Amino acid sequence: MSYQYLADLQMMRTVPISHIRKYARKKTIDLSDETLSNKNKIAEIFRNAGDVALFIVNVVRNTFSRGFEFREFLKQCYQVGNKSLGLISVTGIVIGLVLTIQSRPVLVDFGAVNMLPGMVAISIIREMGPVITALICAGKVGSGIGAELGSMRVTEQIDAMEVSSTNPVRFLIVPRVLATTLMIPLLALYADILGILGSWIASNIKGDVSFILFVSQAFGDVDFIDFLPAFIKSFFFGAVIGLVGCYKGFNAGRGTESVGVAANSAVVIGSLLVIIVDLIAVQITDLL
Amino acid sequence: MKEAKINTKDAIIKIDNLQKHFGELEVLKDVSLELHKGENLVVLGKSGTGKSVLIKCIVRLLDADGGTINVDGDEVNSLKSKELDGVRAKIGFLFQSGALYDSMTVRENLTFPLTRIKKDLTTEQINAKIAEVLENVGLPDVIDKMPSELSGGMRKRISLARTIIVDPLIMLYDEPTTGLDPVTSDEISFLINDIQKKYKTSSIIITHDIECVRAVANRIIMLDKGKVYMEGSLADFEKSKDELVQAFFKTK
Repeated sequence: MSYQYLADLQMMRTVPISHIRKYARKKTIDLSDETLSNKNKIAEIFRNAGDVALFIVNVVRNTFSRGFEFREFLKQCYQVGNKSLGLISVTGIVIGLVLTIQSRPVLVDFGAVNMLPGMVAISIIREMGPVITALICAGKVGSGIGAELGSMRVTEQIDAMEVSSTNPVRFLIVPRVLATTLMIPLLALYADILGILGSWIASNIKGDVSFILFVSQAFGDVDFIDFLPAFIKSFFFGAVIGLVGCYKGFNAGRGTESVGVAANSAVVIGSLLVIIVDLIAVQITDLL
Repeated sequence: MKEAKINTKDAIIKIDNLQKHFGELEVLKDVSLELHKGENLVVLGKSGTGKSVLIKCIVRLLDADGGTINVDGDEVNSLKSKELDGVRAKIGFLFQSGALYDSMTVRENLTFPLTRIKKDLTTEQINAKIAEVLENVGLPDVIDKMPSELSGGMRKRISLARTIIVDPLIMLYDEPTTGLDPVTSDEISFLINDIQKKYKTSSIIITHDIECVRAVANRIIMLDKGKVYMEGSLADFEKSKDELVQAFFKTK
């Protein structure tokens, strides 16, 4: 039995640390907490990366295999879309209101207040609408998926599904990932529209701007190239949120506390990945 | 230690030298047993002796590390996904927690395995089957309720209905009476016997509830430290002088 083998086992929490220290003393191996902990952390990162890669391959394979669960997919689209609509509506309007209220005084000082609609529209369409929608969905939808699947794992519902000759990846994961991938861009689009509406409302607090004039000024400054990359990156945000929520929930531990852990890490990792994907998308758009 | 081996020719499940370990922890070490057609085989043992692991290996919710598991002529460990589904269709598995789908009504819970395993049934046949199994478990009026609206005993009965709805040849019960009051436990034990008679099933019942053992066992296997410790009839166990066996059977 090698030290590495024991260290791996300890990482899997199957061998107590005292057992490993005893072995190390006998073999005069320098085994400080730090050495062991660093080795474990690196090994764990690689193991997790491997698990995630296998999970994604499994999801992709099941997405394109026969027996697509269309009813479950529609149900999940309804869950993701309908249940986030209220929150996205409020957030969309507030983004428009806040952006306009904050930037209007500066533009007035420079005598460029007629640029306000275009500036707000570009900010919302290119960045704020998709990113804020994705972050809200990472919180609401991602945590919901993580908690739901985690609870199904803990209460053996996923095992029951397998025993009923049902592939749980095809029935539970694929519809959820596809639903978030499809619905989050639509929600982002909806948030964009409400954001521009919010901006018009804010403009009317201080002045009197007709809605048609405001909209024509806003969209006069927006090109298709402003809209397309933002819309495309929303699909990636959706896929990331769905995959992280499903991965965390599906691989939750057996205890009840695992449900909370799954939901929490789905939000944290989902939000972080949304920011990273956004950064990559912005860099790619910049090159075009 | 083995006593009073029952010799029966027709084994529907045959397990040879089954091994399963998690890391360094060996849960099952060389377990061999047979389930004969039509019998209720109780697997008894302390917590952590690998009873649940054993039946999860039979349906391959867990992969065995060694040994063979033969279910009705098929070697489970070597089956591919589709063939495994065929074997699983012959087996009803009652989970310890019941494992009812929380987001589905009782009707949907019962329809789910039926439509997945028997794909050519008409709506009338499905409805008739649902009514039949609900009648058999004594709960004909809960069809449109959600699992959260049912008591623990009712949930267990609906789980039982969900497992028998596909007419399994084999039933695997994972601690069917755990967490239930004595009256409900007796009702579940009665249902296990009733299912054995009506559906001609062969069953493995994992339990450490001695009242349940007394009510349902045709044969008993006791596991200890991942091995078969004793095998025999209820009478063999009750008259055994072995300390571990007595710890179970002399408590009530």
